[in-house]
Amino acid sequence: MKDIKIKTRDLTLYYGANMALNSISLDIPEKEVTAFIGPSGCGKSTFLRTLNRMNDLIDSVRITGEVLVDSVNIYDKQIDVVNLRKKVGMVFQKSNPFAKSIFENVAYGPRINGINKKSDLEGIVESSLQKAFIWEEVKDRLHDSAMGLSGGQQQRMCIARTLAVEPEIILMDEPASALDPISTAKIEELIFELKKDYTIVIVTHNMQQAARVSDLTAFFYLGELIEFGKTRKIFTTPDKKHTEEYITGRFG
Amino acid sequence: MKEPIEKTGFVFSRESLKKRFRLSEFLAEKIITGVAFLSITIIVLIFFFVFKESLPIFASTKKDAAKIENVQQQEQYGGDTNVATNALGQEQYGLEPSGPVNASGQEQYGVIEADSLMMDHQVMVEDNRDHGSEKATVKSLLGKKWLPVSDNPRYGLIPLFVGTLKITLIAMLFAAPIAILAALFSAAFAPYWLREIIKPAIELLAGFPSVVIGFFALMVMASFFQDIFGYDGRLNAFVGGVAMALAAIPIIFTITEDALTAVPRTYTEASLALGASRWQTALFVTLPAATPGIFAAILLGIGRVFGETMIALMATGNAALTSVNPFESVRTLAATIGAEMAEVVFGDTHYNVLFLIGSLLFIFTFSLNALAEFYVKGKLVKRFQGKQS
Repeated sequence: MKDIKIKTRDLTLYYGANMALNSISLDIPEKEVTAFIGPSGCGKSTFLRTLNRMNDLIDSVRITGEVLVDSVNIYDKQIDVVNLRKKVGMVFQKSNPFAKSIFENVAYGPRINGINKKSDLEGIVESSLQKAFIWEEVKDRLHDSAMGLSGGQQQRMCIARTLAVEPEIILMDEPASALDPISTAKIEELIFELKKDYTIVIVTHNMQQAARVSDLTAFFYLGELIEFGKTRKIFTTPDKKHTEEYITGRFG
Repeated sequence: MKEPIEKTGFVFSRESLKKRFRLSEFLAEKIITGVAFLSITIIVLIFFFVFKESLPIFASTKKDAAKIENVQQQEQYGGDTNVATNALGQEQYGLEPSGPVNASGQEQYGVIEADSLMMDHQVMVEDNRDHGSEKATVKSLLGKKWLPVSDNPRYGLIPLFVGTLKITLIAMLFAAPIAILAALFSAAFAPYWLREIIKPAIELLAGFPSVVIGFFALMVMASFFQDIFGYDGRLNAFVGGVAMALAAIPIIFTITEDALTAVPRTYTEASLALGASRWQTALFVTLPAATPGIFAAILLGIGRVFGETMIALMATGNAALTSVNPFESVRTLAATIGAEMAEVVFGDTHYNVLFLIGSLLFIFTFSLNALAEFYVKGKLVKRFQGKQS
């Protein structure tokens, strides 16, 4: 077992009066891919978003328990969310490029961190796009609008944009759910490459995808963590009946 | 209840499926269509009426051109209607050229105008001898003197345009930054409960009677700014411009706020997830994405200032001067109509010119709004289809 990167203890989250997560305790190891599966509304995306405090944007959210990233409680009052999010990057379900050029999109992160030298930015942009396997496709049109890319390219560019701020953890919220099979395959290939350097947490509706890309799988149901373990075990010999029923497609 | 299930009686046949005429629906549809076209027609008719009243300026020019040779220069400026101006103008306004009309500021300028009037007169006379007087009236519209009720009336629109532009510029310099920053605060930083207070409050200001703002400017702001800057004329373009900014702020604020909140949430999230602070997100992501909307807001604000009459009338001093000094009086196009329309002789050249000003204002605000509309649509569509970076 590798080192534990993220550790949650009794994490409970309320939207107003509704409990969305019930006492989740989970250890996510470093430089592996951890997948969250479960039916819609089971709290897996919500849980993912607590890991870089994106839920802070919603006024009615209340959180108890602890989330430790590298043994630091990120819900401590002293924590600067901005620095946390630089370390814990996020890729969203719907690709969300800014209405700017590809270059400007990727350079945005480094820019707000104070890197302004053109040669530095060019280097970062190129290496980020290369890591996201999209460099070859866009190198001649870096200064065209990112809106002109296809859905799959946009998503990979968004991953490149996330990589450009040099995070250690990448959270992916159904990154391939809006993409065709070929683009999905590319994203999965990319995830496989990225796990050499990054800790990846991915939420997915697609069970085959979870089985293909992840090392560990967590099954959520109605705000509770039902089962968590090696992907192979979860998909072949799960401990809980509930998990088995979901994976075999009997519900959800 | 007598026919609980329609289906039982329904026979699927050519007869039962035949088109039926539904009178109420037909009428409702026609009435709605009629109302829509009526409103459009009314607007068009208003414009044509206003424009028609200004037409004699151009028409009389041609008419006069034929007989102009035998006529004294006096008549060239106004054509045949000019006689009426002189006769009636005399009665109403008394001795004109150097007479102070209203406020204190006017006095100084009146003198200057009287001086240059003589020179101007001669220049114009010579001009007319040279070119014939084919375009006498139209040409005088481009003159630098607005003296509609003098013995030798001149209808130069330049000072009115300069005045209007000056006021608009000053008003926008104040209104745009304040309104946009306020909207940014409301859209990006204010907590929910505060936004729910701020937005309606500022929107209510949009319905504030402009005469009240004008009164406030006239009584309070004029003295206040005079104490600060120490200029001579109490009422001037600066005071008027700031007062107009008060009128324009709610409009710019509301539309900018809408544009900012319409920026997709995914943009904000993407930026925040990259480790940008809220301030950086607002400045580098939200604001640029809302540019078309903000541009439209500013254009509409300009339209408001351009057509604003009461504040201009009350707070600007109303002297038709052509200068760049913001602390001198100005007379705007709208205020000119407001001030003079009630006293003008029906059918007179002066009357026609006022209607021409009306048409110009109409055309200007119309094209400004159209520009705002098309720019926003075109720009947004292009952006989101990825044709433009």
